[in-house]
Amino acid sequence: MTRRLAAAACILAPLCYAIALPDYLVFGSQILVMALLAISLDLLVGYAGIATLGHAAFFGAGAYVAGLLSVHGWGEPLTGVLVAACAAGALGIPIGLLTARSGTLARLMITLGIAVLLYETANRAAGITGGADGLQGMEVWPLLGVFDFDLAGKIGFAYAWCTFVLGFILARFVVKSPFGLSLEAIRDNPLRAAGIGIPVKGRLTAAFVISAAIAGAAGAVLAQTTQVVALNVLSVQLSADVLVILIFGGIGRIYGGLIGAALYMGAHHWMSGLSPVYWQFWLGLVLIACAFLAPSGIMGLMAPRAGGRDT
Amino acid sequence: MQASFRTVVCLAAVLTAVAARADDLKIGLIAPFSGSETAGLEMDNGIKAFFKLHGDVVAGRKVIVISRDAPTPAPDVARRLAQELVTRDKVDVLAGHLFTPTAIAAGQVSTQSKTPMLIMNAATSGILAKFPYTARASFTVAQTTAPLARWVAKNGMKRVFTIVADYAPGIDSENAFQREFVEAGGTMTGSIRVPLDTIDFASYIRRIQDSETGGVFAFLPAPDQAKNFIKAFRDAGLDKKGVKLVVEGGMLQPQITATLDDDAIGIISSQHYSEDHQSQENMAFVEAYKSVSGNRIPTYISVGAFDAMNMLYKAVEAQAGKLDPVKSVEIWRNMKLESPRGPVSFDPQTRDIVQNIYIRRLERKNGILTNVEFETYDAVKDNGKQ
Repeated sequence: MTRRLAAAACILAPLCYAIALPDYLVFGSQILVMALLAISLDLLVGYAGIATLGHAAFFGAGAYVAGLLSVHGWGEPLTGVLVAACAAGALGIPIGLLTARSGTLARLMITLGIAVLLYETANRAAGITGGADGLQGMEVWPLLGVFDFDLAGKIGFAYAWCTFVLGFILARFVVKSPFGLSLEAIRDNPLRAAGIGIPVKGRLTAAFVISAAIAGAAGAVLAQTTQVVALNVLSVQLSADVLVILIFGGIGRIYGGLIGAALYMGAHHWMSGLSPVYWQFWLGLVLIACAFLAPSGIMGLMAPRAGGRDT
Repeated sequence: MQASFRTVVCLAAVLTAVAARADDLKIGLIAPFSGSETAGLEMDNGIKAFFKLHGDVVAGRKVIVISRDAPTPAPDVARRLAQELVTRDKVDVLAGHLFTPTAIAAGQVSTQSKTPMLIMNAATSGILAKFPYTARASFTVAQTTAPLARWVAKNGMKRVFTIVADYAPGIDSENAFQREFVEAGGTMTGSIRVPLDTIDFASYIRRIQDSETGGVFAFLPAPDQAKNFIKAFRDAGLDKKGVKLVVEGGMLQPQITATLDDDAIGIISSQHYSEDHQSQENMAFVEAYKSVSGNRIPTYISVGAFDAMNMLYKAVEAQAGKLDPVKSVEIWRNMKLESPRGPVSFDPQTRDIVQNIYIRRLERKNGILTNVEFETYDAVKDNGKQ
């Protein structure tokens, strides 16, 4: 029951934000995008126990697919997100197959390497992606053919919220399912999981594909609401940021992504507004303090996991 | 009685203060302020130098700058900042932009909200076309590079090798140089694009040697790259073998020349601004800039900010305190300025800046390595999008 309530709160909290802070809707939709990305990363890191440093690869792939679609004449947002999610998921298949067959440190190298590879490819293929100048000329059609993306970001926010809710429900469904439980078993002890008959590599690859597809959808929403795509969506910095957000919020708890994104990006936004030059110093201090005071994230403070290991 | 009179005076003071505030002319400045990038600071100092020379009140309105940090070329950040500046802070004009992607993202907000925008750097050709309320007070890399290619061809170098940083401005400069140079009858002996983080140039120098070229054109504007390449070039003795080095001026910014030694003297470069430009306007600008920035030397980025302020003031004055987007752009596209960099005008079609490009030689002047201008190409247009 409390879990249902928590899930409902997670879904409704963004609406309260929209009512309380109507001037910050663009920021709000970007928080939701990052939250969705963090949740997709949580499936991998928190549930399947796959350490990755390259999650931006899927986010960026989704963003560029959605961007390229709309540059080349298909600006319908919903199908754009769908195609982007499928493309990112497809990209997740080979990477998932690779990582499922390697150890923790090798996984870090593989995922990091692939993200860097994609970044450089996008940089080099300036004829297609616009390279460092960014992908220009996106024409995104009105949502459902009716709602034009407005300046204040109302439609953009509603759109990001719907995508977030769908992604959140999907992720929650996955982790509550027998499939999700088998992922946790693999995380805790892959040898024994294999011993009781769980197809470890297949499950890990499947988790990778689901996570990649959600990340791709998040990237597509960001691209469509921003209407420019630049190389930063593929950057190692973004991969690191989303990992920090997840650790900040709490790993292995599906809500950690939203809480982490809201707090981390909120702090970032607030501090960089107060002090455009020195804000990174203060944000760094906050992160270090958090690592000491709340080693298992904000969620860990709020609800220590019963019986589970606290990492 | 005494007390109530004081209250009234206080109230009146508060009310006028509030009234004045609503009347302020607000500039939303988006640029990199945090991290290693100094462009935001250079723009800020350029604006302060303008305030020092021309005051911070125009047509009765006090000018306020609201700075926002966009440390990387991330368009989503710039779009969010621009949107909040427009809808929350109610800025009258958007400005800044070191990077092209941030200028494009903010340009969309400018178009959607009909807010005028002045780009202070963002030097990619052709980005103004889609944003009807935007003008650019900076330059394009193609614009500063093309005259250098013509100068090189005219001065007897027939075979040139290009080496550029592998990112959009580098590729722009490579294209502009090759196009102009070949058109002027020169031959390319080869070209290399170097990753942005490369600082070891030994293998590249080797390839340049093997090509038996007569000259080298370089555009490596990251400070470490510029310094290391110039050093590697000298160490290999290329200059003693008669190979000439010419560079785009971004490679010899004041913060880079400060790290070079006398070996670098004699390098030819081209750009639209040198702090050594001989004119009344520039003397006044350099002096004002030094006094507001703790004795720093102004850069082409600060002069872009200074001129954008000049454009803003002229537009506000012409509209008696207002800043209508359509009228402002109309004023800007027909504007002529006497800038610290020299005479500046605008292409009425593209709204892009038309300015003199100077060929300079690096010399030691008053103890400081300085780009001394010795030849001028008048009123050069941007031809990057041909």
